[in-house]
Amino acid sequence: MTADRIFRGLFVLYLLAFVIYLFAPLMIMSVAAFNTSRFPTVIPWQGTTMEWFSAMWADAAMWRALWTSAIVAVLVVVVALPVGTAAALVLTTLHSRARSVAYAVMVSPLLTPGVVIGISTLILWRQVGVGGGIALIVVAQTTFIICYVMLMVMARLQRFDRTQEEAALGLGASRVMVFRRVLLPFLRPALLASGGLAILQSVENYNTTLFVRGFETPLTVFIATKVRTGLTPAVNALALVIIAATIIGAIAWEIARRRQVTARPRS
Amino acid sequence: MRDLYARFGGGLATIFLSLVLIWLAAMVLAPNLMMIDYALRPNLPPAQIGSEADTWSLDNFTYLANEAVHRAIFFKTIWASALVAALTLVVCYPIAFWMAQRATPGQLSIALMLVIIPFFINEVLRTLAWFIILAYRGPLNAVLQGIGLIDAPIRWQGDGGVLAGMVYAYILFMLLPIYNAIESLDRSQLEAARDLGSPTWRTHWRVVIPHAKAGIATGCVFTFMLAAGSYVAPALLGSPGSRWFTEIIYNWFFEGGDWNRGAAYALTLLVLCLAVVLVTLRLFRVNLTDVAK
Repeated sequence: MTADRIFRGLFVLYLLAFVIYLFAPLMIMSVAAFNTSRFPTVIPWQGTTMEWFSAMWADAAMWRALWTSAIVAVLVVVVALPVGTAAALVLTTLHSRARSVAYAVMVSPLLTPGVVIGISTLILWRQVGVGGGIALIVVAQTTFIICYVMLMVMARLQRFDRTQEEAALGLGASRVMVFRRVLLPFLRPALLASGGLAILQSVENYNTTLFVRGFETPLTVFIATKVRTGLTPAVNALALVIIAATIIGAIAWEIARRRQVTARPRS
Repeated sequence: MRDLYARFGGGLATIFLSLVLIWLAAMVLAPNLMMIDYALRPNLPPAQIGSEADTWSLDNFTYLANEAVHRAIFFKTIWASALVAALTLVVCYPIAFWMAQRATPGQLSIALMLVIIPFFINEVLRTLAWFIILAYRGPLNAVLQGIGLIDAPIRWQGDGGVLAGMVYAYILFMLLPIYNAIESLDRSQLEAARDLGSPTWRTHWRVVIPHAKAGIATGCVFTFMLAAGSYVAPALLGSPGSRWFTEIIYNWFFEGGDWNRGAAYALTLLVLCLAVVLVTLRLFRVNLTDVAK
């Protein structure tokens, strides 16, 4: 029994260490944003300051990078949502033999390293005279983000009761109407979730974007370049803002989801 | 196909099909075929493209095979990525088991949130965090010196730094599949094993791990692939002595100016990753459908 208790104690320690391991890097990075030191660090502490936040705020290049990322993310969502949904519908309607082949092809971008997606997109479009830039970033990113949308919509479709479609048809609705008024509303939560995921994936992408960016500098490229060419805690200030925004976003999302669950107890 | 038309009618079905076909043809298949074509051709000045010299050959691949430094980096990338997968597995397995079998519902929802939040924050920032921690005059060296474990600061940047950053970056991809797999294990099986006198380690070895093998395979495959294809961790946390294969590829494109050779290198990386994925899935007898959940 004492051996058991020691084991349990050790495991609690391990859990604790794991949580520290998860969050210490983010904490250190955030706290360093307040240190006067020119190189971002927490030791030695040279004095508390907010100057890095104003430095970040005044950095025009950062705003341009943010703007580029935002445009790309919006375009990615606009392309990936319809195509991903169509892919999910096609795949779930196909018969088993064709389905497993189609499935393998359709998830293959997820199993392809990000750099390879960027490279192959760059090579193909050079043939028709299109070089790196916002358009190519969108094309390269949607190639694999479509897969995520497809998988999330498919998961939702599995719980869809097809008799609803038949009932609507029987009541005289056209097929387009059935799709718009029955299937799409049912898929709404999955579409919202995959839209959110698509934005996250797009903004955080680096490996693929790096190859197709041309002369554009999205946010991740901006940060990575800063690290190599002259890192100041202004980047940490930016990181802290992003971290805060993500945590607030995650909490808001969770609250909205719970509210939705309790609002419709019978569905 | 017929079902699709029967279900959505001619207009919608045609739209769906064409969207999917455009995606697969123009974004998935064509780029890869063009990359293969590039990889097989020599790098020529524009005037000579289409001339006699512009024929298919394996020269770009034999170049990689004969270039000792690149070959070594290629193999190092493979085993280091496998090491990343193995380390991540070791770190995550106990946590996944605890979350799936031991945690109360309250603990579980907190744990899930704690695990997921860092992964909403992008990979570049997570890597930047490690860059700061591992800096020569950074917190890690200061703490280790402070408690007397080391006398002089250690230069972590290099292979060690890359490993640390990668394990951290891919935890979620390992943790969630294993958690999902262990969650479906009936707890009475664990109790039965225990009642029959099985020590804890053997229960894990003979009951839990076999049950979770699909999840473990999925986690390992994804972690390996992400590690082998990563550019940001080696670029930020590496040193000149710890180059990653993706960095060599990048140099062919944007510094060496030889896209053909770069394409051949990228293709090699792609084939390697697909081979690892397929072999692992085969070994663990896991279906592709289970991988992408």
